[in-house]
Amino acid sequence: MTKIVVDGKEIEVPADYTVMQACEEAGAEIPRFCYHDRLSVAGNCRMCLVEVKGGPPKPVASCAMGVKDLRPGPEGQPPQVFTKSPMVKKAREGVMEFLLINHPLDCPICDQGGECDLQDQAMAYGVDSSRYVENKRAVENKYIGPLVKTIMTRCIHCTRCVRFTTEVAGVSELGLIGRGEDAEITTYLEEALSSELQGNVIDLCPVGALTSRPYEFNARPWELVKTESVDVMDALGSAIRVDTRGKEVMRIMPRLNEEVNEEWISDKTRFIWDGLKTQRLDRPYVKQNGKLAAASWSDALKVVAEKVKAAGGSKTAAIAGDLASVEDMFALKALMESIGSANMDCRQDGAQLDPSLGRTTYLFNSSVEGIEDADAILLVGANPRVEAPVLNARIRKAWRHGAVKVGMIGQPADLTYDVDYLGAGADTLADIVSGKHAFAEVLKTASRPMIIVGEGAIAREDGAAILSNAAKLAESVGAVSDEWNGFNVLHTAASRVGGLDIGLVPGEGGLNTGGIQDAAAKGDVDVVFLLGADELDMASFGDAFVVYIGTHGDRGAHRADAILPAAAYTEKPGTYVNLEGRVQLANRAAFPPGDAREDWAIIRALSGALGQPLAFNSFAQLRSALTTAVPHMANSGCIATGVASDVSKLSAVGGTMSGSGFAQAFSDFYLTNPIARASAVMAECSALAMQRRAEAAE
Amino acid sequence: MSVRRLHHEQPESFEFTPENLAWAKKVIERYPEGRQASAVVPVMWRAQEQVGWVTEPAIRVISELLDMPRIRVLEVATFYTMFQLQPVGKKAHIQVCGTTPCQLRGSEELVKVCKSKISETPHTLSEDGNFSWEEVECLGACVNAPMVQIFKDFYEDLDVEKFEKLLDDIAGGKPVLPGPQGVDRIFAAPEGGPTTLLSIEDTTKGAPQEAVVVEGSDAASRHHAGDALNTGGAGYTGIPRPAEAGFAEFIERHRKAEEAKAKGEG
Repeated sequence: MTKIVVDGKEIEVPADYTVMQACEEAGAEIPRFCYHDRLSVAGNCRMCLVEVKGGPPKPVASCAMGVKDLRPGPEGQPPQVFTKSPMVKKAREGVMEFLLINHPLDCPICDQGGECDLQDQAMAYGVDSSRYVENKRAVENKYIGPLVKTIMTRCIHCTRCVRFTTEVAGVSELGLIGRGEDAEITTYLEEALSSELQGNVIDLCPVGALTSRPYEFNARPWELVKTESVDVMDALGSAIRVDTRGKEVMRIMPRLNEEVNEEWISDKTRFIWDGLKTQRLDRPYVKQNGKLAAASWSDALKVVAEKVKAAGGSKTAAIAGDLASVEDMFALKALMESIGSANMDCRQDGAQLDPSLGRTTYLFNSSVEGIEDADAILLVGANPRVEAPVLNARIRKAWRHGAVKVGMIGQPADLTYDVDYLGAGADTLADIVSGKHAFAEVLKTASRPMIIVGEGAIAREDGAAILSNAAKLAESVGAVSDEWNGFNVLHTAASRVGGLDIGLVPGEGGLNTGGIQDAAAKGDVDVVFLLGADELDMASFGDAFVVYIGTHGDRGAHRADAILPAAAYTEKPGTYVNLEGRVQLANRAAFPPGDAREDWAIIRALSGALGQPLAFNSFAQLRSALTTAVPHMANSGCIATGVASDVSKLSAVGGTMSGSGFAQAFSDFYLTNPIARASAVMAECSALAMQRRAEAAE
Repeated sequence: MSVRRLHHEQPESFEFTPENLAWAKKVIERYPEGRQASAVVPVMWRAQEQVGWVTEPAIRVISELLDMPRIRVLEVATFYTMFQLQPVGKKAHIQVCGTTPCQLRGSEELVKVCKSKISETPHTLSEDGNFSWEEVECLGACVNAPMVQIFKDFYEDLDVEKFEKLLDDIAGGKPVLPGPQGVDRIFAAPEGGPTTLLSIEDTTKGAPQEAVVVEGSDAASRHHAGDALNTGGAGYTGIPRPAEAGFAEFIERHRKAEEAKAKGEG
């Protein structure tokens, strides 16, 4: 700790603090453009100048000056920093004047207007007029992809975008070419950025040089209603803010959540919103004479109720999709139980996870923040870069800061950090478990090893055996103890952990997803409910009566015999449990289109039509029923950690693993759910990514 | 200073000559493992000497050679003004010093000669493609102002007539003599012999300038470095030592010094 006086206030700060951090500690506000606390220090905007006594006799950039580099006074007094002196005021005004020399006065047509750092700081620290009479510089706009629009004349060369893509996203594609006044941000020959996190440069850009292309000229920040919510595009559950105007979602922004996503979100999370407006199911449909025809709610529910009554409990089944909230799945489970059916599943991809073995066996136990403490990571059939890009950035962060060794079994992929590629499938895993493989030693010597099992390894026939072997490995390398649990499952579906928590899995003698499909094909199941489940082979349901409760006219709706239109994740309140078991609440930002209703209300109405009304009439009642049944659902924002010893139950399962290589959980990051498939922006990104893959394969 | 961007017309490909590639590999070896990118400036300079300018394919080749992102190589290429980003004259690229001392001694007249004899604008090829020119900042030969640099050599004490003759000689393939042009002095020594410190008998003599035929940057660098081109420049005959070797030696020396100190104290 070292003493420093900021504006006459003496404080004590750690010796490794910068002057800027010390000033903030003392409550002084320092303006800045290039400095960002998650990126390296560049020190090139000069906006954070302060006056120091005990340092150089000129204004110093507080972001790049260390507290320990300041000298004490002649009698050992602590160094002094002034943030409000005339020198500082003059320095800031000077810097601001230089920045504004070449910055266009196009705020009225700039998408950043209203949330622009330069605008705000010019108001706070600038002068009210310009002395500049020369021509302003103009810069050609650059194409850097379909997501980020560039208006390069506005750029103030802070290089935040360059540092973000290089350091956090791990793709060295953006750069600052030229020098001085002619410096320009660009990609090599204006190629599109390839990162799944590139949208974050829009938030990082302190001016309007990098803005959102899909959101271009759509709305002004002050006319948007901001709703805090949770993302469902992957299982990470990033904190998001949904901005709406009227009933329309205009954009999605990240929220700060150090424990989950820091302040980043993936491009799928950010740019999905145009998919919320297209292909929507806005009224019930019932198939008549082989064609879907619009129906009223009462007619549709009557038809479905008749079919269910005719089939009876044992011939009815339900599968929940990847985007369902816990309440929706809880209502669905209650409905199935009330009609006496045990055929239900929340694992539409067939992941071999068994909630009866305990929560620890299907959670990301090390927690997302815990990744930073890990010193060895083994990825088993997981590709975090596409399955959870923000989590991948966290692994990259750990790799950058420390000496974390990452090994990978599965399909080889560029994860943006150094990876030891160990093998393609279960054979390699078996070698590591038996200690024959060299990487076993790496895991053993590590003090906090992590084993991350992905959907690619567990969503297959021998998934349970693979999971069991991974658990055995975790135990044998000492990854499971009271302080550290290194056994992790990397889910890809936002609904999965919640569904397993409430036990939306086959009951006594019930059928799982594969079983339901087989039985439907054979005619043993007559009615199948799909709660937003689209990632299934729709041809496999044979002649069964398929009821699709969902939002988009996607695979499920195409196969359906009855469509009950539901609300998307931005249009309903709901609980989501993320992959580490964190219970998070999503709020309603908009209303579902047309006659569409919230999923739980549809299920409740259906139970009424069946003559067996469920015991809740409002969302609040449903929630209280849910928290009574599953108490940890009440603790929003918290992780109810599982019992570490459950890992040994899992490792006792055993089983034989087949030799085939692990598949990828999905082939296309941009098109993993019905909302994404309805989005034109995602389609464009997907086409670009496919083109890049084809070029790389050449 | 002009806006520095890649030229709009680029050749299809670039390849280092085998001996330049061998040289580049030696330069890369000087840096520790994983720090090959440090060699970007010398390697790119050699690429420029080979073809006269830095081409886009050359940037790609260098990025692969040094295992660094292409945009990082482009950043370096566009940052340093000594990297030529457009084709230069097949025979000569004239760099006219335009800084104050040269300007006072008539460099603007030399620029006018360039404009009339080569091309109206800098960084543009003459009609026959043999010449190009640019104005550069101080080249440090102020005593002999005005002057021009052609590849590795200075041509000093110029005026319009001497400069025009120089250009004509180069165009005609005649050998030209670098250094002071038509003035009785050795390098930057006073005209006609020493004017001060006359009491000292000075018998030192600089190496006399050799006449050269100016025909492109590759020839110039070869002429300048002689046979030592591939071993690190004139006068340097050894193979560059890898950084690790130097580091190990330093550690060893340090250890011995520590031992000696400990012994002395003991």
